[in-house]
Amino acid sequence: MKIAVASGKGGTGKTTIAVSLALSLADQADVWLMDCDVEAPNAHLFLNPPLDKQTDAVIHIPQIDTEKCTLCGKCVEVCQFHALAKVGKSILVFPQLCHGCGSCTLNCPEKAIREIPNPIGLLEAGTTDSGIHFAHGMLTISEPMSTPIIRQLKQWEHPPQDAVIILDAPPGASCSVVETLHGVDFALLVTEPTPFGLHDLKQMVGIVEDMDIPAGIVINREDGSFPPLNDYCRENSLPVMLHIPYERRIAEGIARGDNLTEIHPKYLAALRKVFDDIKQIIHDQNQAAEKKV
Amino acid sequence: MKQLVILSGKGGTGKTSVVAALSRLAGRSVLADCDVDAADLHLVMSPEPGEPHEFSGRSQAVADPQRCTDCGLCVEHCRFSALSLDPLRVDGIACEGCGLCARICPEEALSMQPVVNGEWRVSQTSWGPLVHAALGIAEDNSGKLVTLVRAEARRVADEDGLDLILVDGSPGIGCPVIASLSGASMVLVVTEPTIAGRHDLGRVLGLVQHFHLPFAVCINKYDLNAEMAQEIEVGASEAGARFVARIRHDRAVTDAMVAGKSVIDRSREGAAADLIEMWTQLSDELQAVAMEAQGR
Repeated sequence: MKIAVASGKGGTGKTTIAVSLALSLADQADVWLMDCDVEAPNAHLFLNPPLDKQTDAVIHIPQIDTEKCTLCGKCVEVCQFHALAKVGKSILVFPQLCHGCGSCTLNCPEKAIREIPNPIGLLEAGTTDSGIHFAHGMLTISEPMSTPIIRQLKQWEHPPQDAVIILDAPPGASCSVVETLHGVDFALLVTEPTPFGLHDLKQMVGIVEDMDIPAGIVINREDGSFPPLNDYCRENSLPVMLHIPYERRIAEGIARGDNLTEIHPKYLAALRKVFDDIKQIIHDQNQAAEKKV
Repeated sequence: MKQLVILSGKGGTGKTSVVAALSRLAGRSVLADCDVDAADLHLVMSPEPGEPHEFSGRSQAVADPQRCTDCGLCVEHCRFSALSLDPLRVDGIACEGCGLCARICPEEALSMQPVVNGEWRVSQTSWGPLVHAALGIAEDNSGKLVTLVRAEARRVADEDGLDLILVDGSPGIGCPVIASLSGASMVLVVTEPTIAGRHDLGRVLGLVQHFHLPFAVCINKYDLNAEMAQEIEVGASEAGARFVARIRHDRAVTDAMVAGKSVIDRSREGAAADLIEMWTQLSDELQAVAMEAQGR
């Protein structure tokens, strides 16, 4: 089962929920945690896994064989990303613009292009003391493209069928979030009772509806001061699966690197209940789908 | 013209609240919300919305299943698993718009068509024009839209004779952040004294230093963990920050946001006092940076 933890707005508590959920299930399931926020990955700071397995995340970029190249410019013409340019008597490659689509290679009439791996980040993995299989991606500073790293991270390891896979998503609502959500069974959307939290939650709900992924809500820093969030969840039949109150000691604990179950043991049971509820929602949805067929 | 870009690395440290406060303190200036996939600045600026303009940053493959003979050439060559057969279909989310399929298809069953993937507008606020955008849901190309917002902000500043652009950036360090940095006079990084805030501060400072930009750091909610705030302050100064400001944890900031306002609209104490003090220092530094740039 794959569960993504996402939010739209940054800093609402995605990583806190993802890590705490993983730890609360570690005794009862084969738990995998993949931190897909490759621009600003933080889950490892809370889990301290040994990162003993590493590999490069790469994009395959063109390399021009100058012996064979006749400077016809076909590669420059077909590249939609302006990653190739003809300058004087050579073809220049701009690796940071290349999406690795292979159009240039395929269209070169002289077969003068071969593709070489260009590292844009690092994948790291290791198993924690509590038995959680952890993996994350880390975009190299000054590289622009995070989505290919997320794609490679998700394909890197092969968890067994019955594993519980938790994906910690990046903030925002664009391609990197969609890449993280691709193929998940459930999205747990973490928000906060503020206009910013609600505005960005609505965008996330739009995405999960578009992708046909069932979703539930976690309201973090709840203090009862912003009813529009609760109204929105109710009106859109979004189940609120967990409320975490606005408490200074929780904020201080997270700041230090503690997870929710360390800050208050009651969250162990609360998060297991969230997981059971998620299973129930997926089960009900599958049955409803079967009936339709 | 001076351009101050506000970044954070980690999301939710308070970028937008800081930008809203600065807009009240800086005098009339242009505001550019470059966090285009979670654009929230307008929620605390009470804008008079301007005309929306469509943004098209890319093309996408469009299938004509009638022409398709199921030969499978496109599926075989697509690196993004965006195509399927029987009937021919394009997965709009997976398609990156490279155009390979349209070129390779012998039956012309695939063609490239531009996609509208966002809109932008110039709105008016009491504190100056606000350039903001909304990226379509699940859309790609936020970097291009950021570039457009930034260019519009410069145009508006020129037209209105305004000397300062305040840029609200995205979290992270990827494409939209890099796009928001071009033309920056100085960067203000808003961080928080948490292990995650500190970790991501290191990454965003790495990026800012890569582009050789002058920067300052502000530690929001510094009293959440005074010891870590101290460590961050020392580290940031050693890394070359022009100054490090501290803003205390103050419920009034969130209360103001819930009311659609900035804390500066309501108070001169607590976090508001810290923000006022920060702006005094920041405006001096911006002036100094602008003078240095002129000197070169």
